[in-house]
Amino acid sequence: MRAHLVSLSVLSALALLLTGCGSQPPAPEQDAAGVESRTPGAVRVDTSPVTRVQPEAFDPASIAALKDPRSPLSKRSVYFEYDSYVVKDEFQALLTAHGKFLSANPKMKMLIQGNADERGSREYNLALGQKRADAVRKALALLGAKEEQIEAVSLGEEKPACSESTEECWAKNRNGDMLYTGEF
Amino acid sequence: MKFHRLVLACAAGLALISFAARAQLTVEITGAGANRLPVAIADFTGERMVSQALTSVIRADLERSGLFRLVDAGGALADSATPPFEDLKTRGADAVVGGSVATSADGRYETRVRLSDVPKQAVLGNPAYLHTGAQLRATAHRIADFIYEKLTGEPGVFSTRIAYVVKSTGRFELKIADADGSNDQAALASREPIISPAWSPDGGKLAYVSFEAKKPVVYVHDLASGRRHVAANFKGSNSAPAWSPDGKQLAVVLTKDGSSQLYIVNADGSGVTRIATSSGIDTEPRWSPDGQFIYFTSDRGGSPQIYRIASSGGNAERVTFEGSYNVTPRPSPDGKSLAFIARNGGRFQLALMDLATKQTQMLTDSAKDESPSFAPNGRMILYATEIGGRGVLAAVSSDGRVKQKLSVQAADVREPAWGPLVR
Repeated sequence: MRAHLVSLSVLSALALLLTGCGSQPPAPEQDAAGVESRTPGAVRVDTSPVTRVQPEAFDPASIAALKDPRSPLSKRSVYFEYDSYVVKDEFQALLTAHGKFLSANPKMKMLIQGNADERGSREYNLALGQKRADAVRKALALLGAKEEQIEAVSLGEEKPACSESTEECWAKNRNGDMLYTGEF
Repeated sequence: MKFHRLVLACAAGLALISFAARAQLTVEITGAGANRLPVAIADFTGERMVSQALTSVIRADLERSGLFRLVDAGGALADSATPPFEDLKTRGADAVVGGSVATSADGRYETRVRLSDVPKQAVLGNPAYLHTGAQLRATAHRIADFIYEKLTGEPGVFSTRIAYVVKSTGRFELKIADADGSNDQAALASREPIISPAWSPDGGKLAYVSFEAKKPVVYVHDLASGRRHVAANFKGSNSAPAWSPDGKQLAVVLTKDGSSQLYIVNADGSGVTRIATSSGIDTEPRWSPDGQFIYFTSDRGGSPQIYRIASSGGNAERVTFEGSYNVTPRPSPDGKSLAFIARNGGRFQLALMDLATKQTQMLTDSAKDESPSFAPNGRMILYATEIGGRGVLAAVSSDGRVKQKLSVQAADVREPAWGPLVR
């Protein structure tokens, strides 16, 4: 476990080094003109072993838990069947975790972005994505999230997670994504 | 927080500027009408002094319409000269256009045109145009409109503009171009998607949906000033704007009260009222040209079909019955027919219904047609489709004969909207 984490941290440090030195494509939400130029010297890489890993319990209701890969809260996507807007059983545990988190953190807000695959009309697909976002919103509300904490919106077919015209890809694009304050 | 988000949105790649981009829309004719009228457009005397030949733009316009066959006029012809009718008859021309370009006292140009009927040896019209060098293409389009209207009885649409969205890597641009694809300008550039542009009836504004706020919001954009305002930004999604024929209101789709439903807002964003109620999806509203009805897509019957409702309210009436997927209704400018997208054996194709007889004709044989938009004279329908995995625009005449392809190199083009007639 420990060794695994260490190698992970080395890997991520290497990744950081590579990103820092190479030219990076602009982030999707950034203007090309606004992309900062990174000087290679500014990146410091610490390859020393990680000494203090904390395998102890994390607080599932803490904000840090949102990004902790050990927490179910780090998972944000609910996938749907073709032409379906019913949350499948396999996602109930995930939604329960998020519902409890929202209930325990009443100041946190969530944007649920529903998506649809590319087939058919863009506006109709926008409405289908909304149905998926609404299904997630309703499930979270039943689990204790307050109405004013959550907003369900749709991105329709406009922001596909996967961009090929295959069944496999379309399945990845029929989802509802949960974003917390600061992430949208 | 609100301010913070506003600043972010401004920095997030919104360029409310207009600049000429290099990637111009090119128009390719892929099918022509059966009985094309043979017409000779002679070179105009004096047109050599203007940098770009007027007559080449006029000829390209008429040819692209698919309704004319160009006949060599055999030389230049002034508007004041009597055309060589016998010679033109042998060449097979039914009509001939001559003209002259001269500098006027104030430094502008005066272009005079004469259109004549060859068999009758009669003058059909001789308009004159005062214009600058910069207005040369615009003048050529107006002359082509004059010829088109005199010979077909319908208004020409060569002086109109089209709007469309170009998607290149990580970048979306809402573009405005002349109907022949030239003079394209970006009204909006964004890192986030832009969909559903809709022209105001006076051609001065575009309503559209932008995702720059991480959710769909409806904006109204004034093209002359480049200024815009939010027309609908309620909790949830805001989409599918459609202008009322008087340009005062927008039909929009909102999810503030649950699923996607139809509402009307004033064009300035004030006064929202709900106009239809269903337990499922209602979307893609479009007013009939007389303002009496609103056509829309709804899944209230189990599958997406087209319905219409009186704009004053009341019960919805189903319009499409064949097939399990009929969406994106677009009434023709004369209100007599309805273009829409039908799923036909797994392929999404452009269909046209005669609203009186309910007879439907498939106009295309492609597989991914979307977003039809009528030319303001009703003759052509512009739509988005896919060729070789790339988004292109295509146009087809309402009789299915004339076909054009409009594409931009190395980019996806989608979401076309044909602007109104310029008065």
